[in-house]
Amino acid sequence: MKIYVPLDSAAVALGADAVAEAIVTEAARRGVTIELVRNGSHGMVWLEPLVEIATDAGRIGIGPMTVADVPALFGGIARHPKALGLVENLPWMKGQTRLTFARVGVIDPLSLADYRAHGGMVGLDRAKAMSKAEIVAEVTESGLRGRGGAGFPTGIKWKTVSEAPGERKYIVCNADEGDSATFADRMLMEGDPFTLIEGMAIAGLATGAAKGFVYIRSEYPVAIRIMEAAVRLAREAAILGAQFDIEIRVGAGAYVCGEETSLLNSLEGKRGVVRAKPPLPALEGFMGKPTVVNNVISLASVPVILAKGAAHYKDFGLGRSRGTIPLQIAGNVRFGGLYETAFGLTLGQIVDDIAGGTATGRPVKAVQVGGPLGAYHPRSDFATPFGYEEFAGQGGLIGHAGLTIFDDSADMLAQARFAMEFCAIESCGKCTPCRIGAVRGVETIDRIAKGDAAAIPLLTDLCSTMKSGSLCALGGFTPYPVLSALTHFPDDFTPAKEAAE
Amino acid sequence: MLDSADLSDRIAEIIADHQGLEGPLLPILHAVQAAFGHIPQPAVPQIANALTLSKAEVHGVVTFYHDFREAPAGRHILKLCRAEACQAMGADRVAGAIKAALGIDWHETTADGRVTLEPVFCLGLCACGPAAMVDGRLVGRCDASVVLEVSA
Ligand SMILES: Cc1cc2nc3c(=O)[nH]c(=O)nc-3n(C[C@H](O)[C@H](O)[C@H](O)COP(=O)(O)O)c2cc1C
Ligand code: FES
Repeated sequence: MKIYVPLDSAAVALGADAVAEAIVTEAARRGVTIELVRNGSHGMVWLEPLVEIATDAGRIGIGPMTVADVPALFGGIARHPKALGLVENLPWMKGQTRLTFARVGVIDPLSLADYRAHGGMVGLDRAKAMSKAEIVAEVTESGLRGRGGAGFPTGIKWKTVSEAPGERKYIVCNADEGDSATFADRMLMEGDPFTLIEGMAIAGLATGAAKGFVYIRSEYPVAIRIMEAAVRLAREAAILGAQFDIEIRVGAGAYVCGEETSLLNSLEGKRGVVRAKPPLPALEGFMGKPTVVNNVISLASVPVILAKGAAHYKDFGLGRSRGTIPLQIAGNVRFGGLYETAFGLTLGQIVDDIAGGTATGRPVKAVQVGGPLGAYHPRSDFATPFGYEEFAGQGGLIGHAGLTIFDDSADMLAQARFAMEFCAIESCGKCTPCRIGAVRGVETIDRIAKGDAAAIPLLTDLCSTMKSGSLCALGGFTPYPVLSALTHFPDDFTPAKEAAE
Repeated sequence: MLDSADLSDRIAEIIADHQGLEGPLLPILHAVQAAFGHIPQPAVPQIANALTLSKAEVHGVVTFYHDFREAPAGRHILKLCRAEACQAMGADRVAGAIKAALGIDWHETTADGRVTLEPVFCLGLCACGPAAMVDGRLVGRCDASVVLEVSA
């Protein structure tokens, strides 16, 4: 009997380890031989822990599992009260286009044999037969843009590093994933780490870099453990080694270290302060050497692009947003989790149809798209298609594609205040608009809360100073959540608010 | 408790294990904190000396990052997510109840040395919030009853 129990952090946080242990104990008690696989998550967080049993017809899902549900696993799966049928046939799975996440949840994350059996290493094998310029051209042609937030074309970044003079170059994978509502990087590293390793190895071939780092935030203990194990296995299999090797590094709880230049300082062992650009990291990055800094999902999308060709990837999407994007649907949500799809679904389709609205069953008031530096969108923005330019056109951004849903009990003044507070806590301190502006922002919002309407224009002024004067997008984009809350939900900022309550 | 000679021996070992890395300071600090639960004061000049940095530089790094602590924490560390997706699920209310139950605020330790309460901004459990981490163990959909797990 082959049984899958996810090792994914979300599954574990909902009890997967205890379920796995109970399965082993129960099987031993019954004298049943089982093969237990700890897989990644399919991304349906509301069904976690989602246990699967392999049958001739396919993998039957049972969930959300508790320890009490374990004994019934051994008495005819289809009759289990929590049996869901074949996982691949669940509507959430059928609706997706899984390119980057094709193997996540499916394979044993630490089995190279499983990885290869599901199409792994095809991209790297193809890249090995290509010239540097050909690999760069293929990635450029795919239309892949950075998934870390800024949306810069990945192929162009690689070209700069590839053509930069110098013997020593680096590939740095940004796995700092600090944005609230994002967990795609984590799920990929936990569920299919070899894809990231393969993507980085291809980046190494394309640029001539011999060394890579994965900078993982310390809040991700499972991802750190799996990536370290995967790197060891890849070395043993000579996938990593003299030609290209990878080292796992752990962050230390600073949000700003997700900003690429701050991340490089942190890797070098310095305080994670932001560097002024230029010089671009592509020319003077880690230790002053040419460096590719890419998000986990950007790098993990490269193997499928090489394996299936740029055109295959590019055919998905809309406008200048090509390929697929792993949406991360979070917050007060009925069906939350990871949903990979071509760019172009509207915000309303995502929130109302796929996510099924709120967990509380109350109306959706606002959706924050793109993490703590993203705008709060009201229902009137629900026709906006999911794409870089499309969200920019609505005064927002898609960032790392996280969506946080709030019901009608949300207080948007409190959310605006939090955005300023977060910026004040996490500011690296190098530039004044961010360091001081955010503190003033909290004070100004507190004045508005006390009924001082004259503080509203002060707040908008302050936001424009932060926007234009900050060194990086921490101070520069904090105005997005603040001003969108103010613009779309003015009632929450009026003095009448407290009187009415 | 280690005496100061043992302490400096152990730190020297940690430094030696990592000194070959490119940019070894953060890995060293993580290892020191894993060994001692905090960054003991004498570690700073010792690390500075070994890496040919100034004491001020090492101290600056220790204080920049939220993870590194200069004093020991309580026997348990309870981290609660304060970020937006967890807020949407009532994280503020849960945090308020936990603070009241423990009688402490963020970054504080109970008088009996039992629990230190730390805020964290996202654990990647944003579709099953509010999220918490109890001594390194992840908890989804947490409520104020997580304090029971740090009662001993
Ligand atoms: C405050 C701040 C935090 C950021 N955090 C992250 C992060 O956690 N992960 C990430 O990939 N990019 C993050 N970025 C964006 C990076 O600076 C950079 O654009 C990205 O790593 C480039 O990779 P990509 O082109 O593959 O997206 C952040 C930027 C800012 C300003
Ligand atoms: S926002 Fe709390 S875990 Fe992500």
